[in-house]
Amino acid sequence: MSRDSGYDAIIVGGGHNGLITAAYLGRAGLRCLVLERRHLVGGAAVTEEVNPGFKYSVASYVVSLLRPEIIRDLDLPRHGLEILPLESTVTPLPDGDYLGRWADHDRTRRELYRHSPRDAEAYDDFGTLMFQLAWAVKPILAMVPPDPLSMSPRDLKAMLRLGKHARDLGEKQFNALYKLMTMSSADFLDEWFEFEPLKATMSASGIIGTFLGPRSPGTAYVLLHHYMGEIDGVFRAWGMAKGGNGAVSESIASAAREHGADIRLEASVDRVIVRGGRAVGVALEGGEEIYAKTIVSGVDPKVTFTRLLEESDLPTDFAEAIRRFRIRGSSGKVNLSLSELPDFTCLPGRGPHHRGAFSISPSIDYLERAYDDAKYGEFSRQPYMDIIIPSMIDPGMAPPGKHVMSIFVQYAPFDLNGGWNDAKREAFGDAVVNTLAEYAPNLKEAILHRQVMTPLDMQEVMGLTEGNIFHGELSLHQLFFYRPAPAWSNYRTPVKSYYQCGSGTHPGGGVCGASGRLAALEILKDLGR
Amino acid sequence: MLRGTPFHERTAPLCEASDWRRWGGCVAAGAYELTHEHEYAAIRGTAGIIDVSPLFKYRVTGPDSARLMDRMITRDVSTCDVGQVLYTPWCDPAGKVRDDGTVHRLGEHDFLLTSAEPNLLWMHDNATGLDVTIREETEEVGALALQGPASREILRGITEGAVEDLRFFRTMDTSIRGVPVRISRTGYTGDLGYEIWVGAGDALALWDTLIEHGETFGVAPAGLIALDMVRVEAGLILIDVDYVPAHRAVIEDRKSSPFELGLGWTVKLDTAPFVGQAALVAEKARGPEWEFCGLVVDWESLESAYQEFGLPPQVPGSTVRDSVPLYRDGAQVGYATSRCWSPALKRFLALAHLRVPHSSLGTHLEIEVTVEHRRRRATATVARTPFFDPPRKRETPASPTRGAA
Repeated sequence: MSRDSGYDAIIVGGGHNGLITAAYLGRAGLRCLVLERRHLVGGAAVTEEVNPGFKYSVASYVVSLLRPEIIRDLDLPRHGLEILPLESTVTPLPDGDYLGRWADHDRTRRELYRHSPRDAEAYDDFGTLMFQLAWAVKPILAMVPPDPLSMSPRDLKAMLRLGKHARDLGEKQFNALYKLMTMSSADFLDEWFEFEPLKATMSASGIIGTFLGPRSPGTAYVLLHHYMGEIDGVFRAWGMAKGGNGAVSESIASAAREHGADIRLEASVDRVIVRGGRAVGVALEGGEEIYAKTIVSGVDPKVTFTRLLEESDLPTDFAEAIRRFRIRGSSGKVNLSLSELPDFTCLPGRGPHHRGAFSISPSIDYLERAYDDAKYGEFSRQPYMDIIIPSMIDPGMAPPGKHVMSIFVQYAPFDLNGGWNDAKREAFGDAVVNTLAEYAPNLKEAILHRQVMTPLDMQEVMGLTEGNIFHGELSLHQLFFYRPAPAWSNYRTPVKSYYQCGSGTHPGGGVCGASGRLAALEILKDLGR
Repeated sequence: MLRGTPFHERTAPLCEASDWRRWGGCVAAGAYELTHEHEYAAIRGTAGIIDVSPLFKYRVTGPDSARLMDRMITRDVSTCDVGQVLYTPWCDPAGKVRDDGTVHRLGEHDFLLTSAEPNLLWMHDNATGLDVTIREETEEVGALALQGPASREILRGITEGAVEDLRFFRTMDTSIRGVPVRISRTGYTGDLGYEIWVGAGDALALWDTLIEHGETFGVAPAGLIALDMVRVEAGLILIDVDYVPAHRAVIEDRKSSPFELGLGWTVKLDTAPFVGQAALVAEKARGPEWEFCGLVVDWESLESAYQEFGLPPQVPGSTVRDSVPLYRDGAQVGYATSRCWSPALKRFLALAHLRVPHSSLGTHLEIEVTVEHRRRRATATVARTPFFDPPRKRETPASPTRGAA
């Protein structure tokens, strides 16, 4: 077999990051091949018509801070990306009231005032501070993490830049940043607000995708990510893609193809071929071997290093670090086809709230109890949920007059007591629907079809180890220069010409794409392009 | 006193924002909701309903009606079929644009002219010696623009006859759930869309039908703020913003010819005489001094202008209409009259007057931006318009696309 496949780079995994890497490498003139195990691109960002006529964003369901420079560089709107506004968040409450946060500032302030005049003012002060912090932290998210222990000029320079950033923060901002890095989201928000549902709903953004509760230290930091969207402002990097999240992946795939990339579907990579400490190609299941000078993995660190490589390919300490990498799945997803809109007791009838998100997070205690179940190996009997009705934002997601509902659910531990099976999956689905029906009693009758995705399903279907949606928890010990392992946060690996570009690298998590882009830029640097 | 349009009884309670603008002596909603994002998203993603009733409407009939139209407008009416619509400017004798609008040929000797400004006097002046009847029907006829990708599907279910076969810039008389209407495949959004013309007495019934039937398609009433954004994306000019009507210009400098407004394609010089023809023949021969162009502002340069003050870039969330200077190699070469961040294209766009030859595609210029009360410049590139131009705008699935606007 000829060793020359004609490709300069092979990317394992056609998730959004892999596709972004391929597009950027292609843009620089490299011939790329993306190998995707499934019959469609997107990884966890896919739209599938599981129930005929009803389109589900099966796993990932919102665009979370897709980097504006990626949208610009790849001209994604021309490739079909349309991000539609998700304008409000309504938290229905057990007493029949609700907490609403709306697109209009005055409307939100009045609504908060209704519950707590104090919180209404604190909310704006909090927003200003978080904006300042997000603006200060943003360059860090955009940089390749340096190795703090390395004495190389490049790492030292980057460390100096980091130090300067910290010094340039005002005292108030520095103190707040320190607290954010170390406190739990519940404690941090307690310093600002008194209305429980507000604290709970805001703290929820700190626990999404982690196996932590709102009272676990370290969860406050992720609150900051929410305010990154305000900096990107008009780019509206936060929203729902027309056509569901698969449309995001499709637009990136289209850009990658335009830049010369080939995308092979139903091509499952069995292993990376390593010769003399250098990655030289991949072997597909079925035996086909494809060679290229650069191999990039867009899959999570566990698969990247333990499944695709032989243990002997890696230094012992690195292999150990990867083994210790926390990647516990904590969330599930329920997608519903509905014959009619859910009618919320707190806001009866059809209204603009149906175009926004719903958060089932009435109190910190509620969320912490949901976590308690998971801590001891059960799914939450009363889970936290983040809900959108995609068909209200893009009517094309369901037949006329019908709807689809996307429910992100936490907690659902990967290591369920007794393991996941069909009965447990349905019981989990029942817990979700029963909980939600307490707030929208017509829900059960309206359900035409139900898809329940457990962490095990996400592992089996999408290849996410333990069903972790972020390719590894976004906790401090696994962020920045520790993502995924000390000294290897710069998208390279101990195996020469083998790179990583997935969410398991800095800054990770969500449909943000920064990992894919930064990886491509580092690869191009190594290739002298 | 300002009056409401024939739809006011319905639009007024919907206008949560109480954001009313003036348009042709009417009140028209700037935005219905407290923020306009959803209305913009409806036009681009599903369909928006825009009350365009304040447009001036003139009905021209009689044996010489085609001659009057030909005498007034720059386009060639003899090529306009019955059932066809022409977009056109019209000029003063010096070849400077007075107004722009649409001419609908409803019959061999029956035309509808729509315009932004009153034109009755101008039409009468030009009708001297012609056997025509000119009747203003501005207040008798209400008009709704149904614009956006879902607009055809929405109309298909409620319209008598094959509205899905209606081609770009064609018009048909029909009815919607029993209400007599005229539907033209026209609009001010650069997208698939229709304008529905209805007797004022039937206006509310039409509104109710569109809202009720459109709900499942995600239809939303949209105001002028959203309309002003999509028209910039479509590269469409706005009177009093992008140009001054010739008869209102107090100095020569403010006047523009069709060539200077990007409307050269509407000027048919080898036809029957029309007002301004001689001047336009001469202008064409020597070449216009100005051109009207699209600009895309370079984001990185905007970023660095703001970075100087430790801020992220701030761009307007809706169209801004204050004119700002444009420079090339340090000298001013033009001015931008409309600027808008495009949520659909994720680009900062501008429409601009540029002196020839600084107007050629790809030319790099500098646009003035005010950052923290200080004047700065960002780079901008001359780009093709329409910026936003989906194939569905012109396509008609049932029959192949034919004929231009």
